[in-house]
Amino acid sequence: MSAPRNSAPIAPERRAVTARRAGFVRDVISLGGRALRSIPRDPESIIPALIVPVFFFAVNVGALQDVAEAIPGLDYKAFQLPVAIIFAVTGVTRANILVLDIQGGYFDRLALTPVNRLAMLLGFMVADLVLVMSLSIPVIVLGTIVGVRFETGILGIFAFLGIAGIWALAYNAFPYAVALKTGNPAAVNSSFLLFLPVTFLTTVFVPEEALTGWMSLVVKFNPVTYLLQGMRSLISDGWVASDLLAALAGIGAVAALSVPLAMWSLKGRVRRK
Amino acid sequence: MPDYAVVTEKLRRSFDDLVAVDGIDLQVRAGEIYGFLGPNGAGKSTAVRMLTTLLMPTSGTAFVAGRDVIREPVEVRLRIGAALQDAALDPKQTGRELLRLQGRLYGLSGRDIDMRIGELESLIEIGDAIKRQVGTYSGGMKRRLDLAASLMHNPEVLFLDEPTTGLDPISRSRIWDEVRRINRELGVTIFLTTQYLEEADALADRIGIITHGKLAIEGAPAELKRQLGSDVIVARVDGDAQDAKRAVESIEAIEAVDVYDEELSIRVANGAGFISAVALALNESSIRVRELTLRTPTLDDVFLSVTGGRLQREEAASEEAER
Repeated sequence: MSAPRNSAPIAPERRAVTARRAGFVRDVISLGGRALRSIPRDPESIIPALIVPVFFFAVNVGALQDVAEAIPGLDYKAFQLPVAIIFAVTGVTRANILVLDIQGGYFDRLALTPVNRLAMLLGFMVADLVLVMSLSIPVIVLGTIVGVRFETGILGIFAFLGIAGIWALAYNAFPYAVALKTGNPAAVNSSFLLFLPVTFLTTVFVPEEALTGWMSLVVKFNPVTYLLQGMRSLISDGWVASDLLAALAGIGAVAALSVPLAMWSLKGRVRRK
Repeated sequence: MPDYAVVTEKLRRSFDDLVAVDGIDLQVRAGEIYGFLGPNGAGKSTAVRMLTTLLMPTSGTAFVAGRDVIREPVEVRLRIGAALQDAALDPKQTGRELLRLQGRLYGLSGRDIDMRIGELESLIEIGDAIKRQVGTYSGGMKRRLDLAASLMHNPEVLFLDEPTTGLDPISRSRIWDEVRRINRELGVTIFLTTQYLEEADALADRIGIITHGKLAIEGAPAELKRQLGSDVIVARVDGDAQDAKRAVESIEAIEAVDVYDEELSIRVANGAGFISAVALALNESSIRVRELTLRTPTLDDVFLSVTGGRLQREEAASEEAER
């Protein structure tokens, strides 16, 4: 098929540009870059993520430190730092941008290009990863200022951030699944509710031993309990393989549910129905 | 044997009980502007979404730029550009960022992207606005940026789905100029949907009128109008237009009479010669005539004769309100 494009080009000597598939990696980078650019232009979506962890850290430590440290050997600031990180990263997502793309039609515009369909989701998640890592840094600095020291040293801090990052990705697959499935911004906002049981029905205030009644039972089934335990062990106990593996297993359990859900929703969204 | 940019056969799409596109055969020649004209809900957008690989046909075949829409969607995507309804763009990116991203997703090198942006910038006359976020653009600027975005990768076929709906007349005529230039200077085949008769008339080499999912008639605008005869006498009457129709039908030389609301469209070869006969006939039947005009046929007359409806009902209604 040769369109008569030689009839009267604007500049006959111009080199013809030919479209081709950019490839998976380049697609993810291109779309990740776009998602990252959107962050500073959308500051209202990250300001809560900057304030909430600091607020909870200050309030929890201020209110409960003396009571909690009645438990022998408990450094409550070290105990609360992982909680602050979890608050900083859980549910911090660009799913709100994705759902607006879908609603406004820009998602279709991207789908008209030969872009890799998986990259249409992964681009956002890459941006999320960069964002949550950046949000974790001020929390770590805050912890250091108030005297929290990592038994595992600088490497431990990286491991700590790494766990927080993959946790954020595993959890964020839920809001992405909601965004892709419903295309409804209100539904994506409502998915924030999941944050409450996940982050509060766990050892958020006191250690597991101090919990009683139904709470002591529920926390055993919350993956975040193991996540917090693993992160706390990096601060207080050094490299404890069993704690770290339990944390990863907890993340894995969440991802085993959320990632297939997000993939299924993506498939449904990009399929030509 | 001409080259075809879009070929469909019995293309059909249904949503549950609703048949949106009901067996359409199209042959759009490479290099032409094809206008797909029809009222809201006629099936234009559904057809475009199928041709641009966003929607799967229920049955039938479609080839775009020589590639099978059903089996080779990626090959089709590489060869087409599309500006869908309402210029769906990301408001938080600048014009330049949006074009760059578009270029990258089509695998263009950084150099090619810069070159294309340079070329398209002048084509769409966007000026310094290219550095601003799209959210600050006017409706017309958004459409022009959307046009540029759909041209970044130098497509063979460009789909424009209602490119000027909701725009003011000045923005509309600017878009028209650009569409003509894209077609003439870049040689891009353009498949355009519109609900505006003047738009189809002004831009399209050939038009197809679609109503209720079916292609009602197809041809060059001038040719379609010619088929109706050379003149149209329009009579607006009080009361039953059917009575008026009976009154004038007996006049010799009248080719056809179409009725829509209180309006008669009387087609006749020599309008000037028969307008008095029409006036007399109506008068003899005691029909009150509010307005009697003579004009050459428009695409709206074509539409009326083919479908029995007026395309621009709302416009006609608002004109009436002004009187």
